[in-house]
Amino acid sequence: MLKYFFLPFFILSSIYVLAITSDMADKIVTFSRVMRVSLCLLTVFIVISIVSLLVGSSQVGMGSLFKALLAMMKGEDLSLFTTEKTILFSIRLPRIIFAGIVGASLSAAGVVFQGLLRNPLADPYILGISGGSAVGAIVAIMTGISLIPFGVPGLAVSGALITIVLVYGIARTKKELHSTTLLLAGVIVNAFFSAVIMLLISTTNNQELRSAIFWLMGDLSLAEWNEIMLTGSFLVIGFMIMYSYSRHLNLIVTGEETAMQLGVNVERTKKILLLAASLVTGVAVSVSGTIGFVGLIIPHMMRMLLGSDHRLLLPSSALFGGSFLIVADTLARTITAPAELPVGVITAMCGAPYFVFLLRRRTV
Amino acid sequence: MSIIKLERIGFTYNGGWVLKNVSFEVARGEFMGILGPNGSGKTTLLNVIDGILIPQEGEIWVNGTSCRKLKRGDLAKSIAVVPQESLMIFPFTVQEIVLMGRAPHLGTWRFEGETDFRIAHQAMEMTDTLSLMNRSMNALSAGERQRVLIARALAQQPQIMLLDEPTAFLDIRHQVEFFDLIKALNKSQALTVIGVTHDINLASLYCDRIILLRNGNVHSIGRPEEVIAEANIKEVYETEVTVDRNPLTGQPRVTLLSSYPSEGGNRFNSGAAPQL
Repeated sequence: MLKYFFLPFFILSSIYVLAITSDMADKIVTFSRVMRVSLCLLTVFIVISIVSLLVGSSQVGMGSLFKALLAMMKGEDLSLFTTEKTILFSIRLPRIIFAGIVGASLSAAGVVFQGLLRNPLADPYILGISGGSAVGAIVAIMTGISLIPFGVPGLAVSGALITIVLVYGIARTKKELHSTTLLLAGVIVNAFFSAVIMLLISTTNNQELRSAIFWLMGDLSLAEWNEIMLTGSFLVIGFMIMYSYSRHLNLIVTGEETAMQLGVNVERTKKILLLAASLVTGVAVSVSGTIGFVGLIIPHMMRMLLGSDHRLLLPSSALFGGSFLIVADTLARTITAPAELPVGVITAMCGAPYFVFLLRRRTV
Repeated sequence: MSIIKLERIGFTYNGGWVLKNVSFEVARGEFMGILGPNGSGKTTLLNVIDGILIPQEGEIWVNGTSCRKLKRGDLAKSIAVVPQESLMIFPFTVQEIVLMGRAPHLGTWRFEGETDFRIAHQAMEMTDTLSLMNRSMNALSAGERQRVLIARALAQQPQIMLLDEPTAFLDIRHQVEFFDLIKALNKSQALTVIGVTHDINLASLYCDRIILLRNGNVHSIGRPEEVIAEANIKEVYETEVTVDRNPLTGQPRVTLLSSYPSEGGNRFNSGAAPQL
């Protein structure tokens, strides 16, 4: 069983190293470089997905898949393999795709939040944005707004927006925005929202919510095609918006005045980016809970490897973030098999030490 | 025709007027200095010219077009700014920073093309930063960083370059290097330069004309030898100075005076200085 745990890690790291070393030659971000890196990371994503598909608590792996393929080629009856088919394509596959989408959403949003706040330690979870979204989603379910189409994601996105405005308001003193104050504001808001979530969950009789502790730690086990379509389409929309402003984000990161002097309409760009990032975060959180640190680790690793240009950073973080969460979720569902962990446990265990490491380094 | 014309500019941050009734013109290829004490509105004036602040009164004309009719992107094609300093939170390389100067010339989806790389390359050549191309901005010295910021401004291919106290954090060697470079560009590229500085002597050395601001008004404007006069400086800065001539260039030179007597006293209290 153990080899399966290391397999994704091994493939992930090796292909990734290959991708990066082949990319060392030119430092400048061109369209072809963005495509090249994205293609490499897409390969990683697909390989990770396939490997994760074959790993799980029941023994449906490589062997049975080959047998099924063989039978299919020989034109034999496939009805013997219905159990395998169910496990692979109705249980594992949706969950893997779901993890990929949520990971990509959180990482892309992380990149944008870090850029807008000009703070490499910003992350939707640490800043309390995920918590705000979760509160929004729970309120939607409790008040029956969930019956309206897009009711739950709608309130979750509103929760995200309110939180970011709140945190920004708390942290901003006069003209400056201090990094530590921002993080502290995030921690406080986050603690408050966690309490609100606990309060709402423990006082309600709503059976759907009773089991919804997953909002506190993040869980991908509720994956269904409906949710996948929802988060997937919002990710595509949000990503397109964020990507079209990625060059402007480069300028904003070097200073808002500088960006204005270089012709960027800073206020409008900030609002659009904030809206897009909150949209993507809110929708992801409304179906998967607050999965922490993905939006922190992935953008930071990508920045170290590929540089700070958001035109490259955004797609590579999204793809690698997706792969990362697939690996984390595969671990979450196999490490204590047949029991399952919430995936947030795994990401927090990787992310928290990484955060401390970043905090101590402080030079980015 | 003047490249920039300010007409009775008034600006306020919801309170008293920071700038009031400021009018002047800058000719193409001129090197204009803006001097004045803290709070006299120097930086505000610069931000009004580069379009960050919109004046409540008056009109600014760039190349004969009113700024109110120009989009931010269009303004950035004619005006570039070299800021005081630029601390990078994220590690951009020198080349990336210089290429950012191409931003006003690119569309939303476009990546930099051959022409942009060539222009950025030239800008780095002119500012002697080509060898730093792949270094991170944060790994450079203050003087090198300032040169990179000039290169970025040059990559914008502006007609006007604004300097916002660009030498405030540089030692004298780098101050002179900085202004020599700007002056050379001013001469060779017919670049119009408008610079805010605290250093009266540097302004006297490099500027064609100088504007002396006081409480948001133009106190005096003219050639350095006209503006940098003892009476003007004393009145505007409310401090004791003597002005004589730089023996080599003949430009006016300001010497600061302390009210404490140094060895031998000074001319204010030499009479009253205690005899030790």
